[in-house]
Amino acid sequence: MTSLIQGKTGEWEVVIGLEVHAQVISEAKLFSGAATAFGAEPNTQVSLVDAAMPGMLPVLNRFVVEQAVKSGLGLNARINLHSVFERKNFFYPDLPPGYQISQYLEPIVGRGTIVLDLPDGATRDVGIERLHMEQDAGKSLHDQHPSQTYIDLNRAGVTLMEIVSSPDMRSPEEAGAYVRKLRSILRYLGTCDGNMEEGSMRCDVNVSVCRPGEPFGTRTETKNVNSIRFVMQAIEVEAKRQVALLEDGGQVVQETRLFDSAKGRTRAMRSKEEAHDYRYFPDPDLLPLELDPAWVEQIRANLPELPDAKKARFMEDFGLQAYDAGVLVAERETAEFYEAVVAGKRDPKAAANWVTGEYFGALNRTGKSLDSAPVDADGLGGLLDLIADKTISGRIAKEVFDLMWETGKGAAAIVEEKGLKQITDTGAIEGILDEIIAGAPDQVAQFKSGNEKVLGWFVGQAMKATQGKANPGLVNQLLRQKLGK
Amino acid sequence: MDELTGLDLSAARDLLAKGEVSSKELTEAHVAAVAAVRPLNAFITETPDKAIEMAEASDARRAKGEAGVMEGLPIAIKDLYCTEGVLTTAGSHILDGFHPPYESTVTAKLWQAGAVMLGKTNMDEFAMGSSNMTSYYGAVENPWRRAGDNRPLVPGGSSGGSGAAVAARAALGATGTDTGGSIRQPASFCGIVGMKPTYGRCSRWGLVAFASSLDQAGPMTRSVRDAAIMLTAMAGHDPRDSTSVDRPVPDYEAALAGDVRGLKVGIPKEYRLDGMPAEIEALWQQGVDWLKAAGAEVHDISLPHTRYALPTYYIVAPAEASSNLARYDGVRYGLRVPGEDLTDMYEATRGEGFGAEVKRRVLIGTYVLSAGYYDAYYNKARRVRTLILKDFTDAFETVDVVLTPTAPSAAFAIGEKMDDPIAMYLNDVFTVPASMAGLPGISVPAGLSEDGLPLGLQLIGRAFDEETVFRVAGALESAAGFDSEPPFIAGR
Repeated sequence: MTSLIQGKTGEWEVVIGLEVHAQVISEAKLFSGAATAFGAEPNTQVSLVDAAMPGMLPVLNRFVVEQAVKSGLGLNARINLHSVFERKNFFYPDLPPGYQISQYLEPIVGRGTIVLDLPDGATRDVGIERLHMEQDAGKSLHDQHPSQTYIDLNRAGVTLMEIVSSPDMRSPEEAGAYVRKLRSILRYLGTCDGNMEEGSMRCDVNVSVCRPGEPFGTRTETKNVNSIRFVMQAIEVEAKRQVALLEDGGQVVQETRLFDSAKGRTRAMRSKEEAHDYRYFPDPDLLPLELDPAWVEQIRANLPELPDAKKARFMEDFGLQAYDAGVLVAERETAEFYEAVVAGKRDPKAAANWVTGEYFGALNRTGKSLDSAPVDADGLGGLLDLIADKTISGRIAKEVFDLMWETGKGAAAIVEEKGLKQITDTGAIEGILDEIIAGAPDQVAQFKSGNEKVLGWFVGQAMKATQGKANPGLVNQLLRQKLGK
Repeated sequence: MDELTGLDLSAARDLLAKGEVSSKELTEAHVAAVAAVRPLNAFITETPDKAIEMAEASDARRAKGEAGVMEGLPIAIKDLYCTEGVLTTAGSHILDGFHPPYESTVTAKLWQAGAVMLGKTNMDEFAMGSSNMTSYYGAVENPWRRAGDNRPLVPGGSSGGSGAAVAARAALGATGTDTGGSIRQPASFCGIVGMKPTYGRCSRWGLVAFASSLDQAGPMTRSVRDAAIMLTAMAGHDPRDSTSVDRPVPDYEAALAGDVRGLKVGIPKEYRLDGMPAEIEALWQQGVDWLKAAGAEVHDISLPHTRYALPTYYIVAPAEASSNLARYDGVRYGLRVPGEDLTDMYEATRGEGFGAEVKRRVLIGTYVLSAGYYDAYYNKARRVRTLILKDFTDAFETVDVVLTPTAPSAAFAIGEKMDDPIAMYLNDVFTVPASMAGLPGISVPAGLSEDGLPLGLQLIGRAFDEETVFRVAGALESAAGFDSEPPFIAGR
């Protein structure tokens, strides 16, 4: 779904590549044993290594390597059995050693692919160029003192995975879908919590524009965009800026920019902020990282079912549409919840409608999550059972569901308590219908003269008389008989 | 004092074991000796109270029947080793007031083995130098003097304070560190034994880093046996240093027992430099003759890439140093010189905190790593380094150990060579190749120059074959019978 930009002089194509920094889920940092929990008091999670005290040495955290390999496998990527940590040298107070340990020429993960799920149900492949491990920096706090900067080193040394895509995306929507899908895969794997508000995922956005079918233009890199919405906005405004610039006879300068979400525009970073010669060289404190192929295979064998495979299975086994299946598998917890509702016995389509409809609606409305929701998978399943065996109608079921959500009680108990059981006794319904028909000669006449719509009025009256408990199918059938059709 | 400080480390150990002397007596004598050698400026920090305390604790352990390899023996520690609660300067202004809250692995092992700390020895700033002239704490004087000439001489470097302290009998032994010759060259200049073990044999954890791929800890002592005892306590795998190697530590002293009959000694023709003093050449030949007489076979060998070792070293070591020294920025510890803004503070702190030689090497290192020069310098140097290692690997297919001079001259006078960094760098011409190859090397005092200064011979061995190196060094030591003493000795 290429979306072209209409300029003054014709159409332009947007070319997008993303570099995502994803914080690895791990108790300890990449090269030290210090803790990594978010929100701790400043400088309480700092080891001697993180503070770059003289003579301190990094020791690689094996679990983090496993997380990186897992992530690589989840992106269908090549795992490099030999990789090298290098030093990226620059001075900054929140970077205590004066260098960041990163992977440069030889990353742990090579080429892979992500499949995007687009809103129309179609899919699109986006290439992954590489994934490498690196240390995060600390945090500079400029607002604590009028003239001084405070430093919090809690984050210094925490592991990031930098995941670089190929320039394969052509619209802000695709970029959004890419970040959502990448986030989904990493969350399935348990390698990154994907929490963009806490900074667990940050994006650098590379954008260029060109005439359709022509070679790519000069790109800019917009740094540290921290939500999916902002990624899409940043691309939109940056692409339009470039088009306007080119159409006015200017040229795009290859540069680093920042996205100002308040003003909704990008601006160039001061050259001082980016003019670095990083002087990368292999870190002599660390040996090259050599992986045992058997260990990699063991990690591969223990991977969970990932969203693409799950989606295919939901479509195949449950007969779901691509869109519904895509929505259900986006989060591992949702997919597991859905499967627990179906529980191998209930109608999967009805379950999908209820989960994506009423249930998600209630979650959103009340700001709850699956963990804290008052209705669990068994509870929702119980409600579906009452619909399936015709104890209640679909309409009543919605009422019952709302009561379940409010009270936390089971569906059967609520139906019992409130006397909501569906009336399926033909005699009782016939009696009610006879009364309605007798009291509405005008409507009967209208119906007989061919106005089918008036039938709905009769159904409505019947429902009103039974507080909605009459079986709607039965009401329809009996009405037609009685009105002579 | 003289009686106890004149002992070498193994003799003192034997007296302690026999109960003829206590660690406290031995330590008190050495504390006095440390004070007596103050004119040499060998120590940056003396720790007499700590020494006595440690000696008393050692005597108490011995009384309970617990005695480590270094039990009760007072030694000096190069000020590159972080020592908990004790000022650690690396010879630099920039580490002003730095008292580490941790103890380096090697010193921790020494204390665990029972050793007693006398103080922290002077050194070239960040171990960058071959004369001890670059120390912020001033030059160290060599206890030796040329015959008939009272001008003060350098002790060599960078472990110059350790070399001078051991030679002047202020300590039974001292730790050094060796990046390109910083243990072996001062050992040669001071007439003592200095051993640089295989890279990875001793942990670098807690050692202020100069060039991470080259730095190694090692002992400096007055006999080969002493060095073997001390290395046994210092060596070993450390999970906190990824480059330390997980192999058992042999009893190096036991390795001295054998003889050298049938051992093959290589003489590399490339170490015969143009313009090398005849006395060095003669001493080398003397070493060959001694080993032959002891039953070893001597073979001429070639190490063809030797002449590239020094220039390559002066790319690799500064490159790593330029990055390792970036952490001294005035933000967290040591010196901070205030500035207008952040960059100004960095510049003021580093400008004032680092000496000229350190600045020179940081600049060289930054240059060789910078965009456009990396491949021509750093990357090429790494490739040459593998060729240097291959030279040795090939040679060790036919010989067991390599014999060379340690340094191309005897100690020079304080002030000489200071205006010519290249002449200064040439001091390391014989020691740098083994450093680049990560191999163990030892310097053994073998004779005196014409003007009465000590000269050392170097033995280089296979990786992790310190035992053979010690054994041959022992044979060389016996044959040389070096018993000359420097004119300046504590207590005389």
